Amino acid sequence: MSTSTQDVERKGLSPRQRAQRSRWIQYAVLVVLVLVAAFSADWGQIVSVFFKPEFIKSTFQDGVLQALVKTLEYTAGAFVIGLAGGTLLALMKLSQVGPYRWIATAYIEFFRGLPAIVVFIAFSLLPLAFPGMTIPWDPYGVVWLALGIVASAYMAEVIRAGIQAVPKGQVEAARSLGMPAGLAMRKIVLPQAFRIVLPPLTNDLILLVKDSSLVFMIGVAADGYELTGFGRDLANTYSNLTPIVVCGFCYLLITLPLGILARRLEARTARTR
Amino acid sequence: MALVEIKSLHKSFGSNHVLRGIDFTVEQGEVVCVIGPSGSGKSTLLRCVNLLETPQEGQVIVRGEDITDPDCHLDAARQQIGMVFQQFNLFPHLSALANCTVAQRTVLKRSAEEADKVARANLERVGLSEKIDAYPAQLSGGQQQRVAIARALSMDPALMLFDEPTSALDPELVGDVLTVMRKLALDGMTMLVVTHEMAFAREVADRVVFMDGGVIVEQGPPADVIGDPKEERTRTFLRRVLDPTHVEPTS
Repeated sequence: MSTSTQDVERKGLSPRQRAQRSRWIQYAVLVVLVLVAAFSADWGQIVSVFFKPEFIKSTFQDGVLQALVKTLEYTAGAFVIGLAGGTLLALMKLSQVGPYRWIATAYIEFFRGLPAIVVFIAFSLLPLAFPGMTIPWDPYGVVWLALGIVASAYMAEVIRAGIQAVPKGQVEAARSLGMPAGLAMRKIVLPQAFRIVLPPLTNDLILLVKDSSLVFMIGVAADGYELTGFGRDLANTYSNLTPIVVCGFCYLLITLPLGILARRLEARTARTR
Repeated sequence: MALVEIKSLHKSFGSNHVLRGIDFTVEQGEVVCVIGPSGSGKSTLLRCVNLLETPQEGQVIVRGEDITDPDCHLDAARQQIGMVFQQFNLFPHLSALANCTVAQRTVLKRSAEEADKVARANLERVGLSEKIDAYPAQLSGGQQQRVAIARALSMDPALMLFDEPTSALDPELVGDVLTVMRKLALDGMTMLVVTHEMAFAREVADRVVFMDGGVIVEQGPPADVIGDPKEERTRTFLRRVLDPTHVEPTS
């Protein structure tokens, strides 16, 4: 017995009518939930805890924009280190020399398998473990290094996939023109590989923006605070969540445009293939 | 001295013995067309001439230098051997002009002006002066293949290898590429061409080589090999290529 005859016997509704009715029910449930939430919530309390106007104002006065700039600086430096390190690791992983491949694989698997916060805690303890040891450009040096070490492990895999996605014929054409392997890699393969991995690298950059929030684990001075450290500090001072909310919006200010950029780049790559 | 000399060449991919002892030479200024059924090893033979494939046995001697010797300067040898691929393999991130200058600049260390001049001259030679700033994706298959020819010519090679240069082209674009190749042959370029274009082979080649099953079955002037083949295998192949709908008479 087919389902359609069953439906007709049972309800007398056509499949289209049944789909329509199901949609109406879904809308109705949604409206009810929104109304319940709107009437049962204590809006005055919510605004005063999350969006208190005078705290929004003082968050800006206390320097949320400087913290935003710090977040951008930490992320940018770490991205540069991650990109350079990731490229090096990707090339090592594709090397003819076995030990290079093993080292790269061990590094990548190790730092991809660890939570980033563990790496940051380890970095925060370094001065204790090695008294007198300093990393230059405080606080940038230590932040860039810690973030960059984690980022390079992620980016290495993306870049390796990009290099391998360049058609074999490209290398053959380059070699047949007399280019040595290294030159062919630099002039022909890598430029194409980076085009291919631009969208996933943009996604890595978004992850890096968010991971930069772990910097407070290292214990930088107050003038080195990025958005999360700054927001947390201020929220504790005021005993109010508004500064954290403002900082949250600042993250979205960075990550949402990057997300849009990544999707555009993906669409462009899809078109040119 | 022969420009290219190949001695008892063997090449296997795993258990697939593709070349089974090839001996053959290309003289300076000669145009040699290699024909044969697919899987006969003709592309592999061509790719062994600039060592894109490494043969297991035998020698490839280019201008007196054995390039199968592990200590030979392979990159230097490859500069003298231009190669044109079935799938063009243009560099998609570079303009037509930059495709023709990148190796001149980096390998031959020519100045920007000189590389530019050579590239423009060769793009004009293949009839694409007005496309120098176009990127490969903006060009038709026939135009891309002509840029690929100009790219190889820009290195001033002593020998040009063509690996089925028209097989990936729409039929109406084949003529443009063959015209460029014919002109090149008339200019005295030494050419080794793997092709299915029998009319081209017949008209342009000084010598036609018929391969089947990894060996050279028959070679000689096109009038002999294509016009009056001695070997039964050659005849069967040519019958299939030249008259594909022919029905064998039943005896």
